[in-house]
Amino acid sequence: MTRAPSATVRDAFSVSLTVGFYGVAFGAASVAAGFSVLQSCLFSLLTFTGASQFAAVGVVASGGAGLSAIGAAAMLGTRNALYGIQMAPLLKVKGLKRIAAAQITIDESTGVALAQAARGIGAVRRGFWFTGTGVFIFWNVFTFLGAYGAKSLGNPASWGLDAAVPAAFLGLVWPRLVTTFLRVVAASAMVFALIMTPWLPAGLPIISSVLVAVAFGWRER
Amino acid sequence: MSATMLWVVLLSTSALCFTIKFVGHSVPERWLANARLQRINALVPIALLSALVIAEGLVTKTHIALDHRLAGLAAALAALFAKAPFPVVVVVAAVTSALVYHAH
Repeated sequence: MTRAPSATVRDAFSVSLTVGFYGVAFGAASVAAGFSVLQSCLFSLLTFTGASQFAAVGVVASGGAGLSAIGAAAMLGTRNALYGIQMAPLLKVKGLKRIAAAQITIDESTGVALAQAARGIGAVRRGFWFTGTGVFIFWNVFTFLGAYGAKSLGNPASWGLDAAVPAAFLGLVWPRLVTTFLRVVAASAMVFALIMTPWLPAGLPIISSVLVAVAFGWRER
Repeated sequence: MSATMLWVVLLSTSALCFTIKFVGHSVPERWLANARLQRINALVPIALLSALVIAEGLVTKTHIALDHRLAGLAAALAALFAKAPFPVVVVVAAVTSALVYHAH
């Protein structure tokens, strides 16, 4: 059984490094949206859930209202509550440890933890803590590098940063589109956002695309 | 957006996202066990991220604007079809967009 911990730690490390690297894209997007380097770093430290962070700065970059930015980020963050419900009975932690566990409850820590089930509860817990902490460290370091780098570059359009942001969103949604149904949902949301653009204030077409999720998720397929 | 509003967005987003995570660790499982809620919740990231691609790539304020970003986005799409990893997708989009931007 001596191999179990090392295999889990290896899973945790490779996921942390890969995902953490996305932080460069976030740091750059955040600065391009008008946030300072400090604010970009605080986003990654305090919000620490990638899709929500991207959404918040994305709405701000598109000229949307603060409430739309906050709302879009919160809606993308709701899945973390479902992860917490799954993880809490496995981790069994209280007090400060529960606060720490909550903060690092994201796609990756939950995913790696649950993938360790065959290796026992110890491996599940190690998978969660090592992945959560690892992503936290790398995500924050790379956010700083991306934000600082973007700040030094100047005009975002001149370096293609204004296209890197939608490309990052495309790159984030792409791996999720594993079935035809999900691809139809994505295409519908895009068309919906496009149609709503001239009619709604900036930012609202983004957040109102949740209606597409509601429409497609309403009935069991 | 004003400097104050940027801070409001940053701090409110952080507070809300942490609260959501903490609630998950604190409420009984049955509270969020509703099947419809789970189905919708699973689709929310796809809908929002897809809308963000459009809002960031094809929109300026409240009108559709097809410019250098579209070239970058097309390059990103090609890179994704070629199974390129995430950083490559982003860099390919940036370089393509910057080239088109400077060509004009």
